Amino acid sequence: MFFFITASVSVITTMGIIFTLVADAYKFFLEVPLSEFFSTKLSPLSADPSFGILPLINGTLFTTLIAMLVAVPIGLTAAMYLSEFATERTRRILKPMMELLAGIPTIVYGFFAYSFVTPILMKVIPSLEPKNVLSPGIVMGIMIIPMVASLSEDAMNSVPSAMREGAYGLGATKLEVTFKVVVPAAISGIMASFVLAISRAIGETMIVAIASGSSKNFTFDITHSMQTMTAYIVEFTSGDAASGTTGYYSLYAVGLLLFAFTMIMNLIAQHISHKYKEEY
Amino acid sequence: MQQAEVDMQTRDMKSKEDKSMENNKKGHVEKYVQIDSNRTKRRILLNVLAERLFSLSTLFALIVLGILLYRVGEQGIGWINLHFLTGRLSINPDKAGIYGAIIGTVGLMVIVIPVTLGLGVATAIYLEEYATKGKIQAFIKVNISNLASVPSVIFGLLGLTVFGRLLNLGSSILAGGLTLSLLVLPIVVVSSQEAIKAVPGFLKEASYGMGADKWTTIRKVVLPVALPGILTGAILAISRAIGETAPLVVLGIPTLILKVPTSLMDDFTALPIQIYYWTLDTVLTPEYANLAAATIIVLLVVLFLLNALAIFIRNKYQRSY
Repeated sequence: MFFFITASVSVITTMGIIFTLVADAYKFFLEVPLSEFFSTKLSPLSADPSFGILPLINGTLFTTLIAMLVAVPIGLTAAMYLSEFATERTRRILKPMMELLAGIPTIVYGFFAYSFVTPILMKVIPSLEPKNVLSPGIVMGIMIIPMVASLSEDAMNSVPSAMREGAYGLGATKLEVTFKVVVPAAISGIMASFVLAISRAIGETMIVAIASGSSKNFTFDITHSMQTMTAYIVEFTSGDAASGTTGYYSLYAVGLLLFAFTMIMNLIAQHISHKYKEEY
Repeated sequence: MQQAEVDMQTRDMKSKEDKSMENNKKGHVEKYVQIDSNRTKRRILLNVLAERLFSLSTLFALIVLGILLYRVGEQGIGWINLHFLTGRLSINPDKAGIYGAIIGTVGLMVIVIPVTLGLGVATAIYLEEYATKGKIQAFIKVNISNLASVPSVIFGLLGLTVFGRLLNLGSSILAGGLTLSLLVLPIVVVSSQEAIKAVPGFLKEASYGMGADKWTTIRKVVLPVALPGILTGAILAISRAIGETAPLVVLGIPTLILKVPTSLMDDFTALPIQIYYWTLDTVLTPEYANLAAATIIVLLVVLFLLNALAIFIRNKYQRSY
């Protein structure tokens, strides 16, 4: 019985998250109509505050997109190398080092993006602002590489070697075996790893809070500053949001949307890996 | 699209075969061999190129890791001295020390370690030993795996509402510690479950055979055998908690605290928060970048030592049956 109570802590936590988010987001929507919430004007601290969330969704989409453009090709090819090309010895050395990259706190990546990657990018693109979307997007992608690589590699590893050997026996090269046998067989696991990576990128906070700034403009220019949903929450709470104001409740509305987005991504990932799992 | 390509290829091959047959008739065997070996060469070349490219992308991540460590080291190592580690925070970068932040992080761990270990291991014991296979067990398991992928900012909002406002703990060490505990709880649960699952059945059966009841078996047989695995997972969870910033910032940790916390109810600052504020303020004072880098070095050294400890425990105490 005691153990059942402790086990229910995790369930209570989930319910607590949903309850706090929904309850305070409800108070927010009592004061702010949906039409305003889905508008492009966000100015929570002005005298006539406006709470349009589209600039935040836009910022989140762009950072996530850039991160995926970095993480997917590099992560997937790294997984192919580790699973199909590398010798057992190289694999044993490279994989833990890759996982080291995943263990570095995100605040460190944020510092790296802001004080190293941005200045370098500014030399290449002179019009780049000190706070922009490009640099944190790239660094976030680098941060996610180990996740994509490790999950995709697991999927490729579980492809039975009899299938590979069949192809080798027909004279296929490693590259052909990888692309025509292993990847198609492991596609569900690989897709699931991409979706989980998207979920991770949407929820990532500190890198964007530091390096992408707090501009609430609705823009599509990645050399400019944009704010993500996560960065909005961090900025607003550390700026001493008085409890009970509409601005304070807006945190929970944004949080609820963020929670919904990541939850949907996780469910899609689970669905993909369950439904399209090939049994051998 | 692919199908069309395949069709093209087969047609190609057929026409080549036709040609080669004609050639054979004419006695030009060499030409056929030439064409074929060129194709094989191209395939092998492509394979080698791909291997190079793929190994480069594996190395890319490691190269970035190297640059990151080098950059941070270069910027911060000169700023680490005894005063930096034992001094108090200051607006003046030359006088600033991170003693308060270190104490804050230690304080957080004083809460996170017992809470996550207690709750996490108990949950794992319930799921693996007591729960009957069924809907409730499956529900809790799904719930835990979903909880593990909830963004950490959301946990910050939960902590702000429940611990900060509802229980009126404000932005104290206790509130921060409890928030972080909930955040890393899934990691401890999952790794403890794995460790308990790996305990071989014959050990338990021997214990039951000697007349021990379930609780005695868990206490005297299962837990001691599973301990190295549990500890490894716990250390990894703790190192995650040490580096976590977002939930603490959301709790509303004040920007500059000159007082070193003395009790768990005090306001505090921690290593990652200090890095965050210093990085944000580099626009005003460029030296803050060096302070942030120096703090990162301290943080990474702590994390490295923890990971080394985890690997050591795993290698030394994990037995296989």
